[in-house]
Amino acid sequence: MSIAPLAVAVPLLVAAALAATDFARRRWLTDTLAIATTTAVTVLCAVLIGRAQHGPVVYWLGGWEPEHGVALGISLSADTLGAGMATLVGVLTTATLVFSARYFEAVSNLFHALMLVFLAAMVGFCLSGDLFNMLVFFELMSVAAYALAAYKIEERGPLQGAINFAVSNSVGAIAIFIGIALLYGRVGALNLAQIGVALSHHPPDALVAVSFALIVLGFLVKAAAFPVHFWLADAHAVAPTPVCVLFSGVMVELGVYAVARIYFTAFDGALAAQAAALKPILIWTGLVTALVGAAMCLQQRHLKRMLAFSTVSHVGLFLICLGLLEHEGIAALAAYVLAHAFAKAALFMCVGILLHRFTDVDELKLRGCGAADRTLKFVGVLFAACGVGLVGAPMLGVFLGKSLGEGAVSAAGFGWAVPVFIVASGMTAAAVLRAAAVVFAGWGPDEPPQSEQPEEVDEEAETLQPHDRTPLPMLVPTALLTLATLLVSLAPGLDQAIQQAAGRFADSGAYRQAVLAGSGHFPPIEPTSVAPVDYLWAALALLLALAIAGVSLFGDRLGWNPPSSLRTAADRAQHALGALHSGHVGDYIAWMTAAMGALTALVALAIR
Amino acid sequence: MTVLPYLVAVWVLCWGLYGIVTSRHLFHLVLSLGVAQAATYVLLIGVGYKAGAAAPIYADVPSATPVVDPVVQALALVDVVVEATVAALLLALALQTQKRFGTVDPDELHALKG
Repeated sequence: MSIAPLAVAVPLLVAAALAATDFARRRWLTDTLAIATTTAVTVLCAVLIGRAQHGPVVYWLGGWEPEHGVALGISLSADTLGAGMATLVGVLTTATLVFSARYFEAVSNLFHALMLVFLAAMVGFCLSGDLFNMLVFFELMSVAAYALAAYKIEERGPLQGAINFAVSNSVGAIAIFIGIALLYGRVGALNLAQIGVALSHHPPDALVAVSFALIVLGFLVKAAAFPVHFWLADAHAVAPTPVCVLFSGVMVELGVYAVARIYFTAFDGALAAQAAALKPILIWTGLVTALVGAAMCLQQRHLKRMLAFSTVSHVGLFLICLGLLEHEGIAALAAYVLAHAFAKAALFMCVGILLHRFTDVDELKLRGCGAADRTLKFVGVLFAACGVGLVGAPMLGVFLGKSLGEGAVSAAGFGWAVPVFIVASGMTAAAVLRAAAVVFAGWGPDEPPQSEQPEEVDEEAETLQPHDRTPLPMLVPTALLTLATLLVSLAPGLDQAIQQAAGRFADSGAYRQAVLAGSGHFPPIEPTSVAPVDYLWAALALLLALAIAGVSLFGDRLGWNPPSSLRTAADRAQHALGALHSGHVGDYIAWMTAAMGALTALVALAIR
Repeated sequence: MTVLPYLVAVWVLCWGLYGIVTSRHLFHLVLSLGVAQAATYVLLIGVGYKAGAAAPIYADVPSATPVVDPVVQALALVDVVVEATVAALLLALALQTQKRFGTVDPDELHALKG
């Protein structure tokens, strides 16, 4: 019996039951039911990882199996990385629900129902082997996410943030829709493997180029690549903190996953000859995204916004890994996403704990607050540890993914991208370490610098009043996720397993065989290992992070005084960058329209 | 085959996006999003169209009759459902915006910046 459809259907059914019946008076019952469901989904997906070791587990909905190698039905094709991503979604959702059991003063059963729909959609998205079903799960995931972002509907910030989020992502979905319609007009198929077979017979033309560009753009909106990333910071700043855990940890990464999945199943046969021209498009997009995200991250004093821009920056690095369009890059991407998800989840939970205690997430207003008692000091240690994990200090945190990524870009002839990894991860980790030092140790300049950022949106309604202690169900998932962040790169066998899984992910010929003919042969790939020079890069990134954090904390006291011309230039750049993030939905869509035109033109030029 | 439906789809999409970018009223913005989405309906139906073919219902026509592609019609239906869901949610948010901000002009919303 196949378990893949159960992992999608069960949470949807429980969500419907929760929404229809009112357990509101028995909060513990709602919590228990929701957590039991997410745990079950996690276990199912973990079992799928095991079953997919020798190729994807294919399930044809309604029994419409392919005949003579032609697929008319809709399939769930769970391969190792897809099932792995689904498991990660399950783990984070479970941790989030445990965290929110005591986090919210009052929460209706609809919150749990929305979380379960969100989970089901993300799991379905990971497991889907059908292009149109991916879009349907994408839309379902998005609608649940809009509603969750606007959960505090009585406040101004969440309203504006959710509107920006919803309009941006809907326009992205329209782009995907148009791409799919054009592609269907050409190949008459929606199954990814079937599209791949049909496309590989002919050299690509303008229609294939346009449909590829539109589908990629639509998913990059979800992935928050520059210049279609604007919605992300707004949505993260206003969504309830437990929801941010899922937004940053997995939802955004699913956009990158989708581009990889679609390239390696449907398009790689047709575009193989043009891959060399397509790589720079993705890699340069990633480079700009990584640096813009890192620069914005350092400027923020609103902790959730700071973490949001850190995610934008890391997405840029993911895109560089993906842009290699080779299995080495996919292995790096998978390892990086895994460690990043744990780190971001734990960091958002730490911020959630601060919000729960002090009803504020402003770094400067919270200065020194985190030293109030032993529990908070412990949270401070977790926060700083995640910062160290996020920079990928040798053997810790994202080290494995980042090192594989640096190795892969060097081997592919993009060695100039290695400094981007060091600078972007150093800057984003510096922002986290600085915040840890300011909030939990009270370090930093005595007189807070004049900030032009507006007074941040009030967060009071999320947790009604300040609390004087932090409940255990909030501390335990945070501590466990921090531990996972630190140790993930040391997990025995993970390195090899991820590389083999990435090899199967990128072997599109065998994938098509497995889906359409029932079995495919996936030859094992030659694994690479972390090069000694990567320890040096990792140490360099950590030093950079400590240096930037140190200068921003103690620069004034040490008498570090840059020339005024440099200061003015930096201020101007900062101002211009800040002005781009206007919070105006029309601006965001104008950027998106421009990006749509630019990407289509670039892909068309590359394929010409 | 004619290129007319494709040109119409591009035209409708451009007007929808123009409407969203220049909108001064959230309700107008949500409707503009609907216009942009309508481009996908035109495109889908255009992709499946076949001159002289019947509707894809085999109840009272011989099974050899050429029919238009039913798959794109199913896709268009899904598209409509999705658009309705998103529009309903966005309109609810727009109503709430009127209550909390006292305006529905995107230029006047200043809760988020930088």
